Amino acid sequence: MNLETHPVWALVITFGMMSLFAVGGANAAVPEMHRIAVDVRHWLTDKQFADVFAIAQLSPGPNVLIVTLIGYGVAGVFGAVAATLAMCVPTAVLAYYVNGILKRSSASRWPAIIQAALVPLSIGLMGASALVVAQAADRTWVAILLTFVAAALAFATKLNPLWILLAGGCLGFTGLI
Amino acid sequence: MPSDSRPANVAAPDIPTSDSPKDPPSVIALFLAFAKMSLAGFGGVLAFARRALVEEHRWMTAEEFNETYALCHFLPGPNIVNLSMVFGSRFRGIPGGIAAFCGLVGPPMVVVMILAALYARFGEIDALRRVLAGVSCAAVGLLIANIFKMMMPLVRRRDIAGFLLMIVVFAAIGLLRLPLQAVLLPAIPISIGITFLLRWRAQS
Repeated sequence: MNLETHPVWALVITFGMMSLFAVGGANAAVPEMHRIAVDVRHWLTDKQFADVFAIAQLSPGPNVLIVTLIGYGVAGVFGAVAATLAMCVPTAVLAYYVNGILKRSSASRWPAIIQAALVPLSIGLMGASALVVAQAADRTWVAILLTFVAAALAFATKLNPLWILLAGGCLGFTGLI
Repeated sequence: MPSDSRPANVAAPDIPTSDSPKDPPSVIALFLAFAKMSLAGFGGVLAFARRALVEEHRWMTAEEFNETYALCHFLPGPNIVNLSMVFGSRFRGIPGGIAAFCGLVGPPMVVVMILAALYARFGEIDALRRVLAGVSCAAVGLLIANIFKMMMPLVRRRDIAGFLLMIVVFAAIGLLRLPLQAVLLPAIPISIGITFLLRWRAQS
C-alpha cells in the first residue's frame, strides 16, 4: 500500500486542509470541494457533484456531511468516516483552544473584528458555491426558473426549506426539469 | 417569542431565578441532546441547536448562545461542529466536547452513509436522477436566498469595501476557479486590516 496515492489518505489530506480554510462553513467550501473532487482528482463527475450537493441538503445534520458522501464514493464506509473526521476534527480542536485563550483574556475585541472582516469573504465564497452547483444543475430554462422561484420563496417567506427542496424533487420527478 | 422571556408556567419555588446553568449536563446527556438536534436539523442545525440548548434544556442563556456562536463563526470549518466541541467542553471538559461532537456528527453521518450506499446502487435509475435534478435546482435557490440575507447588513451599512472584497472573492473562486488557499491567504489579512482601519477611524 502506497501511502501517497492511497485514496483514503488523499481524502484526509484534502479535507483536513480544507477544514482550516473553510471560512463561513461547509457551504462556502463547496467550490473548493468541486475543484478538487471533480477537476483535480476526478472522484466525481459534474452531475454527480450536483447530486451529492442535493442529497446533503436533503439529509438531516450539518451541511458539512457533503464530505461524507464524497468520501463514500471514493472509498466506501472507511472513506466516508475518514473524510468526515478530516473535515471536522482539526477545526473543532482549534475552536476548543481558541475558546480557552479568549476566556482567559477577556474583553478582547479581536474576535468581533475578525468576524466582521470574514463576513464579506464568506458571502463571496457562498456566491461562488451557488455558481458552481448551478453550472452543473441548471441545464434548462425551467431548471433556472425553479432555482429563482426557490430563492424568492426562501428569501421572502418563513417556509421550511425542506418543503422547497421536496417541491423541487416532485417537479423533477414529473420530468419538467 | 422573545428569546429572553421566562416561561410563565414554571412557578415552582425551587427553580433558581438566576441565569446560570442548573446542573451541568452529563456526558451522555450532551451526546443525546446533540444527536437529537442534529437528526431533527433538516436544512441546517443552528435553529434546532438554539431551541434545544437555550429553551428546552436551558443550559445556556440566549446571550451566551450568541457569544459562543459568534466565536465559532469566526473560526473556519463547520460552525455548528465547532459549537458542539466548545459547548460540550465548557461543561465536562474534553470528554464533554467529544461527546457533543460525536452526537452531532455521528448519527446523521450514519444516515448519510446509508443514502450514499443507496445512491451508489440506484443513482443511475432515471426517476431518481430526475428527482435529484429537481432537488439540486431548489438547493441552489436556497443558497442564493441565504446569500442575499447575509448581504442585507452590508447593504444597510453601505459597506463598499465589504462589497468589493466579496466580489473579488466571488470572481477568484467562482469564475477563475483558483484554489481556496491562494485566495484566502491574501484576502483574510487584507479584510481584517480594512475592517480594523475603518473602526479605528470611526472611533477617533
